[in-house]
Amino acid sequence: MATETQTQTPQRTITRYGAYTKPAKGANGWETFSWYFFRVSGVALLVIALAHVFLMHISTDVSQTVYDFVAARYANPFWRVYDLVLLTLALFHGLNGLRIACEDYIQSRGWRLTVLSALFFIALTFWLMGSMTIIMFQPNHTLAQSIMSLFGR
Amino acid sequence: MYRGQSGQWSWLLHRITGLGVLLFLLVHIVDITLIGFGPTIYNDAIVIFSTGIIRVISLALIASLLFHAFNGVRIILIDFWPAGYKYQQQMFIAVLVLTIVLFIPTVFYIMAPVFGVCPQGSCANPAL
Repeated sequence: MATETQTQTPQRTITRYGAYTKPAKGANGWETFSWYFFRVSGVALLVIALAHVFLMHISTDVSQTVYDFVAARYANPFWRVYDLVLLTLALFHGLNGLRIACEDYIQSRGWRLTVLSALFFIALTFWLMGSMTIIMFQPNHTLAQSIMSLFGR
Repeated sequence: MYRGQSGQWSWLLHRITGLGVLLFLLVHIVDITLIGFGPTIYNDAIVIFSTGIIRVISLALIASLLFHAFNGVRIILIDFWPAGYKYQQQMFIAVLVLTIVLFIPTVFYIMAPVFGVCPQGSCANPAL
């Protein structure tokens, strides 16, 4: 029975400073990519996410970040690209972290597959929701109206 | 949870703060999606973020984000500069100090509107 619950997921080892060790050379390309992605996206998010919090909670009070505030901000495409980068990096950095936490605690192969599939579905759904909202927003149009206008209606 | 090694607290805090920030991110994507339903629905919904209770919860989010960001830098520094391991404990303390130092002014800016003070000029503190 014990062998049946084993999975192909590589065994992760933790360093004495509280991080996972880099996968050995040639061990698993995907896990190596994941290890680097955490670090590269992490450095980017340090700037992008903290600046976002500063702009939305400190330099402007959160109570002022209403519809018209967003509309004025999204008149500049820079902020749409900024928010799209923030959404993408933060969502995949975070869900990849949740994936590793799930793999640490879920031993059964069947449950692992179920949970990882659910995470994939969540990633896709939330990324589509967020990116559609950022890209399609038009002042005083609903998302449905913006989508219909693409088809000339 | 793994025990008996000096990095265990940094590992545990990194995991808890990361999962907390992710949970907020998922909620935040949903609330931002409401902007696609027009100004009335959006403004009525997001007013909740200006209430006192949610302001306190936002502070927990910001503290988590600050710790996670700085501890991430500590991890990367040691990953790519193995000799830095000698200072891992000192760097962990530096992470905690930096988090607290930046958190204190944040508490003022976020909570001041609850007490009728608007450091940014305009603010509101609606009742829940």
